[in-house]
Amino acid sequence: MKLKIMAAAGLLSLMTTGAYAGCTYENPVPLKSLSAGFEAWKSVTDAMAECGNVEAELDQEFRTKQPAAFAANPSLYHIGGVSNGTVTPLLNEGTIRPLDDLVAQYGGNLSPNQLIRINGQVMAVAMMVNTQHLMYRKDILDDLGLAVPTTWNEVLEVAAAIEAADVVEYPLGATMKSGWNLAQDFNNMFLGYGGSFVNDDSTPAVNSEAGVKALEMMKATTAFMDPEYLVSDSTYVQQQFQQGKIAMANLWASRAGAMDDPAESQVVDKVYAAAAPLAMEGGAPATTLWWDGIVIAKNIPDAEAESAFRVAMEGLDTEMVEGANDEAIWLISGYAPSRMAEGAIATATAEPAPISYPSTSQMGLMHTALGNELPAFFTGERGARDTLAAVEAAYTTAAKEAGILE
Amino acid sequence: MKFRTFAAFVGPSVFLMLLFIAAPLTSVFLQSFQLTQPVLERVEVETCTPGFVTQTCVTEIKTRPLLDEAGNIRTTTEWVGGLSYARVLQLGKVGEAIAAGAWGDILSIDFWKALRFTLTFTLITLPLVIGLGLAIALAVNNAAKAIRGQIIFVSLLPFIITPVIGALSIRWLFIGDGIMTAGLEWWLARDISMFAQGWTIELLMLFYRVWHVAPFAFVIFYAGLQTVNQDTLESAIIDGASRWERLRYVIVPHLMPLIVFVALIHLMDSYRVFEEIVGFSSQAHVISLQWLTYDFLQPDDAGNRAIGRASASAMLTMVGIVILLIPLLRRTWRDHRGA
Repeated sequence: MKLKIMAAAGLLSLMTTGAYAGCTYENPVPLKSLSAGFEAWKSVTDAMAECGNVEAELDQEFRTKQPAAFAANPSLYHIGGVSNGTVTPLLNEGTIRPLDDLVAQYGGNLSPNQLIRINGQVMAVAMMVNTQHLMYRKDILDDLGLAVPTTWNEVLEVAAAIEAADVVEYPLGATMKSGWNLAQDFNNMFLGYGGSFVNDDSTPAVNSEAGVKALEMMKATTAFMDPEYLVSDSTYVQQQFQQGKIAMANLWASRAGAMDDPAESQVVDKVYAAAAPLAMEGGAPATTLWWDGIVIAKNIPDAEAESAFRVAMEGLDTEMVEGANDEAIWLISGYAPSRMAEGAIATATAEPAPISYPSTSQMGLMHTALGNELPAFFTGERGARDTLAAVEAAYTTAAKEAGILE
Repeated sequence: MKFRTFAAFVGPSVFLMLLFIAAPLTSVFLQSFQLTQPVLERVEVETCTPGFVTQTCVTEIKTRPLLDEAGNIRTTTEWVGGLSYARVLQLGKVGEAIAAGAWGDILSIDFWKALRFTLTFTLITLPLVIGLGLAIALAVNNAAKAIRGQIIFVSLLPFIITPVIGALSIRWLFIGDGIMTAGLEWWLARDISMFAQGWTIELLMLFYRVWHVAPFAFVIFYAGLQTVNQDTLESAIIDGASRWERLRYVIVPHLMPLIVFVALIHLMDSYRVFEEIVGFSSQAHVISLQWLTYDFLQPDDAGNRAIGRASASAMLTMVGIVILLIPLLRRTWRDHRGA
């Protein structure tokens, strides 16, 4: 018993002394951060915590919590983890601070590419890019002598061939859970067909040729999916891959690392990534580009903001990337793109390249309207045109309520 | 009891009820007739975001709210009458659907779709919960004393589990190749997807709610059974009443006030069905009124919330509950006056 306590105490002291090992200084100011909960954020916040006195909250509901928490005075968090989709309310409400001075003082290791500038001011520091791209089981495609599909029509052909060979339960997976995920899948396809969401006067424009084509293509792919696709989110698709149930999916790059995690995955080294397929010839890959990064709250004393930024820089340093190379497509120096990064890089460097997810108030409303109205098309309650008309009606109501439309 | 003593006992409770029930209710009621909008401006903004190698900068016209000196968003609030109600109910579309004879189209409007599910859910689970609760209570009452404690413990378990956790665990039993689905597939030798169509999800929801709430009815009825007049029961036996007749003419009338009570509570609770929608992530197929309110309140990625419509939808939900409760309340009131 005594030995056990001794061992535990020894371990504890090791842990506390080890806590500052990865950090160049000891942080005296208590700091809090709120970010999404995927692996890359875990590595970054762990690296920040090495400086001491950092309490990190990783929560997939961060997008709901952040605006209110940062609007409080003093702000409930010092550091926020954001993406280009979720930074909009923070920018709109002015609850995050410009970082130019701090970048000049402490951001020596940052590359210019990482600095998110709004009207010239640095408002956020990006750490990684993310995109939905094609992930596929190379072993299956090789066995069947199939080429990696580059367009969605080819995806359908390859899926049919895989289904005929009956080697997996379902040839395709997709993040089509009703709500945000389904809307994002539509966004990808819609942009792939060259659509645009709103007109210059903020009126909706999804009820178009591109919208119908996008819905029809999505419907065509569902024939090769688990019939429960309307409840399937990123984690579900990731698990389908890991358990060898699907052969292809247009999935987030940030999920790629998990495919090679031997503790979870039965398909280690079998999943490869390629560029997101094109929806039409000559178009951009049917996907959007995202970045994830950090912001610093405005409603905190300058001294705390300074400490927060210093700690964040420790979290975003080369040492962290070296320990977590495969968890994301890092923008930080020291990152060595691995096999799984090929797809994301091919997507981002395609010509023409996919656009960054538009972070505007209109897009927020449109995304919600799409998420709520599209499921009826997939359950067969409504046709494509009717569904898109319903999306436009829902958007118009919400936009009027938000004061964006008269 | 002296009025002062009465007031001292009741006062804190009345105060808290005013503070936490009446005040929010009034505020929601008022907000359902108001529309608060940010003052927006359209400005040219240059945004630079990282590509994989170099940055891309785009200049576009963005709509963003104006801030005041304190850094808060400037808003305007105006009285808009029933505008939010009209936007939730969409009576115009309902009229069109009726005129066109396409009744099904009404159910594609969120509010009516939610109302359809909420009502069927409430009205189907009600008799099941009361029936099952009564059956368990009778079974336990007739069980041997030695095992009664254990049976009560086991039958109360579902009630103790946190609703969302209960819903999630049933979801995990059935989703994808969950253990139950896999078992059913093996037994029936066919492919089953419980979450691929609306009616199977609804079945799971009904099953879950009955499983979860029946113990509550059971506890109440079991307590009531302890007070059944044994003399009446014995005389009924002597008169040659069968087991069924004793239940029908002695026990159920005795339990009637409790049955009404359980029905009241259950109607109120299940009209606010919410955990099931979230737990079974059934939004694609079925939604409930409470979920609709929640969805209006949920900010999107740009931070917009539909407060006006959420308030209207919350008020409509309350009106719905009151309408459902009227027959039961009238009955209780009559009994009360009669006594």
